[in-house]
Amino acid sequence: MYLTRLALTDFRSWAVADVSLEPGVTVFSGPNGEGKTNLVEAVGYVATLGSHRAAQDAPLVRRGAERAVLRAAVTSTDGSSILEIEVNPGRANRVRLNRAPLTRPREILGVLRTVLFAPEDLALVKGDPGERRRFLDDLLVAMAPRYAAVRGDYDRVLRQRSALLKSAGLKSGRSAQARDAIAATLDVWDAHLARTGAELLVGRERLVRALRPLVERSYTAVVGAQGPAAIAYRRSFGEAAPGGTGNTAERQNAEKSAGTRGAELGMAEAGLRDALADARTSELDRGVCLVGPHRDELELFIREMPARGYASHGESWSLALALRLASFDLLRAGREDPVLILDDVFAELDAGRRDRLAALVAGAEQVLVTAAAPADVPPVLAGARFTISGGVLTRAG
Amino acid sequence: MYEGVIQHLIDELGRLPGVGPKGAQRIAFHLLAADPEDVKRLAAALVEVTERVRFCRTCGNVAEADECRICLDPRRDLSVICVVEEPKDVAAIEKIREFRGRYHVLGGAISPIDGVGPDELRIRELMTRLSDGTVTELILATDPNLEGEATATYLARLVKPMGLRVTRPASGLPVGGDLEYADEVTLGRAFEGRRLLDV
Repeated sequence: MYLTRLALTDFRSWAVADVSLEPGVTVFSGPNGEGKTNLVEAVGYVATLGSHRAAQDAPLVRRGAERAVLRAAVTSTDGSSILEIEVNPGRANRVRLNRAPLTRPREILGVLRTVLFAPEDLALVKGDPGERRRFLDDLLVAMAPRYAAVRGDYDRVLRQRSALLKSAGLKSGRSAQARDAIAATLDVWDAHLARTGAELLVGRERLVRALRPLVERSYTAVVGAQGPAAIAYRRSFGEAAPGGTGNTAERQNAEKSAGTRGAELGMAEAGLRDALADARTSELDRGVCLVGPHRDELELFIREMPARGYASHGESWSLALALRLASFDLLRAGREDPVLILDDVFAELDAGRRDRLAALVAGAEQVLVTAAAPADVPPVLAGARFTISGGVLTRAG
Repeated sequence: MYEGVIQHLIDELGRLPGVGPKGAQRIAFHLLAADPEDVKRLAAALVEVTERVRFCRTCGNVAEADECRICLDPRRDLSVICVVEEPKDVAAIEKIREFRGRYHVLGGAISPIDGVGPDELRIRELMTRLSDGTVTELILATDPNLEGEATATYLARLVKPMGLRVTRPASGLPVGGDLEYADEVTLGRAFEGRRLLDV
């Protein structure tokens, strides 16, 4: 798929911007602070309803403006679509697809698919586990938009259960009767957390299994030499000890038909339930939810050592690129290419890695590149060029 | 902004559910232009409703006496209780005219975020109603969202030792609708709860 047009109103630094785009490579260049990244950030927002740079929507709206409007025209094998998003910070965004308003904004997910490489990706390797969970969940949604609902449900169960644990902690001095009442309510939330949590957990584990060989291959391709990188998914709870408090008959049943998705779900749900039962006392003591996919980790290794803490800056960068390249490979497998966005990534790489990365992505259906200096962009990525200067976008070739 | 009393009325109307600032303004000016007698009748109705409407001491539904019409009706089936969240859910179920049992209004659903736990709902009253053995079936018609499901699960576990028949209305495809318009969650539930077509 590819974008044919991007039009922005009051988005970040742009009062108005309107660009016609073609398949192939497009390079946006210009001095720092002119709004190159804002353009590709808008593309990412239309695809995912979120920004790679801001957790909240407020910074996306130009200072002094009330709302931002993003419009994108996309051509894919299904035909062309027009996507429109009105970003209203603090209120619900309004989303239209082909001029028809959508009742739920998330219905637009999947119409435009992107893979975005940005300097912020370094946090995938060096940052908190939350960054890596977000990476997995975003990719899961891009692969199967259904997971947007799963993720939303899980967040809601988690919030409810956390609120209960917190208030239960305050009441812990009360009578045995009060504690029983809290335990009975917690049981209900445990069941719901285990059910939705299992769905998210199995989705992520399957994703990591598919991603693992692709990450290894991409890392080797970027580094240009054998550089064994590996990824693994680690649950926040171990396998429950045999004879635990859980429903063993159910687990045995699940194990019999192991291999199918349903069986995996059943086992994950039983495992989560057992782990929640085991953690009950410490959860009540601390007033937080200690078990579940929100505490899991995507582990990254380089030469069998944890990347976080052991890898050099250059290695971390290459691993972050490998994660994005692997997502791109996964998203394009058997389907059309997502739009590939390279936001300011070449400046950080040495000439060898720069050329190898360019060669890997040059074949994509559409590539959008931003760079402060056009000379940083390897020649293999030749195509349309735009320069930005003084807030004006000009086609340069 | 308008002068004193008009703005005051607009502000008050704007606090009602489903009424925004534009709507509040529209209603306010409609009232100004209307026959004063009509407006007085509306005002009287508003006062009357706050003074006269109470909650049924048995089921928690809105009532004008100690008990509501449904609880006082001797033709109702005493062996079935349908548990709902709000009085307006009673009205919705009454519209089907099929259900002949009685109701129990909880006054909400379990939601720790909002500080609502089992103690804040009329669950103790429900247990008292169930204790004498007249009731044999409990229908848990709380909302089909996360909080409603959690409340239903909680109640089902609570009454399990009593050996009642506990049921929950089915979730699935809307009647007269198109399959293609159902969202994925509803459709998923509908597939889960599919039944044998006996011909």
